[in-house]
Amino acid sequence: MSGKNQTLQFKNKPRIISGMSVVGRREGSGPLGDRFDVVIPNAKYNEKTFEKGEQAMFRRAIVGAIEKAGLTPFDIDVLLAGDLLNQLVSSSYVARELPVCYLGLYSACSTMTECLTLGATLIDGGHIVRAACATGSHFATAERQYRYPLEYGCQRPPYSQWTATAAGCSILAAEGEGPAITHATIGRVVDYGINDLNNMGAAMAPAALDTLLAVFSDTGYCVGDFDAIFTGDLGRLGAEILRDLSGEQGLSLGQKYSDCGEMLFSREQNCYCGGSGAGCSASVLNSFILGKMNAGEYNRVLLLATGALMSPTTSYQGETIPCISHGVILENVK
Amino acid sequence: MAAGWKSESAIRRNARYSSYVEAISPKSGTLKSLLKAFAIGGLTCVISELLGDGIALAFPDLSTELVGAYTSMILVTVAVLFTGFGFYDVIARHGGAGSFLPITGFANAMSSAALEYKSEGLIFGTSVKMFNVVGPVVVNGIVWATVAGIIRYIIMLITL
Amino acid sequence: MIFPETWWGFLLSYLMAFIGGGILCAGAQLLIVKTKLTPARILVIFLIFGIFLQTVGAYEPLNNVFGAGISVPIVGFGASLAKGSISYAAEYGIPGAFAGGLIQTAFGIGAAVVASYIVTLLFNAKAK
Repeated sequence: MSGKNQTLQFKNKPRIISGMSVVGRREGSGPLGDRFDVVIPNAKYNEKTFEKGEQAMFRRAIVGAIEKAGLTPFDIDVLLAGDLLNQLVSSSYVARELPVCYLGLYSACSTMTECLTLGATLIDGGHIVRAACATGSHFATAERQYRYPLEYGCQRPPYSQWTATAAGCSILAAEGEGPAITHATIGRVVDYGINDLNNMGAAMAPAALDTLLAVFSDTGYCVGDFDAIFTGDLGRLGAEILRDLSGEQGLSLGQKYSDCGEMLFSREQNCYCGGSGAGCSASVLNSFILGKMNAGEYNRVLLLATGALMSPTTSYQGETIPCISHGVILENVK
Repeated sequence: MAAGWKSESAIRRNARYSSYVEAISPKSGTLKSLLKAFAIGGLTCVISELLGDGIALAFPDLSTELVGAYTSMILVTVAVLFTGFGFYDVIARHGGAGSFLPITGFANAMSSAALEYKSEGLIFGTSVKMFNVVGPVVVNGIVWATVAGIIRYIIMLITL
Repeated sequence: MIFPETWWGFLLSYLMAFIGGGILCAGAQLLIVKTKLTPARILVIFLIFGIFLQTVGAYEPLNNVFGAGISVPIVGFGASLAKGSISYAAEYGIPGAFAGGLIQTAFGIGAAVVASYIVTLLFNAKAK
């Protein structure tokens, strides 16, 4: 990476050796429902508060992914994790129960690819052998922090999105079976002046485009070189905008492109434009995408998780929404 | 794109993007949502009117003031109960302004905040956050009503 | 009540309540759909509108026609506040203006606070 090049290339090809997804009931009854590993029985996951429920979901994803890889927490060198709550409470409170070094990361809903990027970098550089990358989000806790009380009667515009109750964890290792991370493209913060908190898709689409263009110009790949391209949580509207914007740049994404947030819910589920939240890309990556890659249906996939880096405070102060997108390229290599 | 994000060209680009987003974003059916708000708001008022008439009929000795007070107390209590049972936000998803403009919406806003922060305890959660959503209404109401009272008092002094 | 105490008089008063409440709520909904105003701002706008109506003396005649159609929406809350302030100021002078609004609306606010507190003890917020 030098000059304007945003992309890291991993010569030692760190692998995703296992992944675990844990989702809420609404997500579990969506189109991808049967692909998720665990559907939690209630929003609090049998805990006392929604925050504790989110932590339980998070813990389940991390411990589950480690067990799936046939390891114990003692085998993991670093946990890279993040969530949407202030002070990263979900990640950090789960990390205190694990005998693992911990890096808490925040990049809003694009945290999953940020974790994967850094995890792959640490492994590729030979500093560590195994890393766990996890993110999650919860409808009830995010709603409280970013919007209104749960029982408050308010209407949302049709272009708003529904924060997914979901968590996902991927185990990265220097060696093993599974798709490799060959490249990671670090995003730039992009702000096209959108200040409507309900219209995250429109705010984030330009960031996704910026990183998408960087991926293509840095790696030399074109749309046809990928079996599938996923964005994190642009939703139906944001995905449509990204198609339009990339069309202006002469890129036709066509059938290869889908959005994790849009895939998470069907139109009948009254989730407006689809899912959002850090758990969106994490759960879809560790269920649908990993499954298809391990089955050989996809061989090269680009995942661009997108994040809106605002806070309620700055929004009330009239700031626009800065957004970011980090991309990783997953590939089945021998 | 990153260079000079507040430059002239960026501002032009943002304006262009905003109008594009405005055009492409799905709109809620205006007429349908207006009719729903009309129906649910109107119905709330009719129920209140019925309640008032009923109370006046059952207790003929009550003053009009007190009938009004009882009516609003009953409405508020019912709305708070609806919030507790989790019905109110379901109605409000259809009613929109029809559910937040009447006094029942005030009660819902207050009780939903009280419920939401129960997990932080009754003192630092519920008691502190109860006016989280309705605060603007109460504060502005007191301030501007006081102004109104003073203005009318001064007018009264002048015209006496 | 300006309507006669006959069955059609009552019916007419319900109709006017429906129309009055409906128009106010549809107006607020129009603001929601057409502008980016949040519910909190719209509530404050209608509240101040009610205080204004009461101050210029236009609220009582409207209330006589629309009944609950204007007193139940937040406009009525504003009008009550202003009515209390004005009448207490007339009685006690300037200090009355500060107290009157709260005294006049204390029934509703008190009920809302106590009921909310009790409901909080009994229920939990649910994620839908």
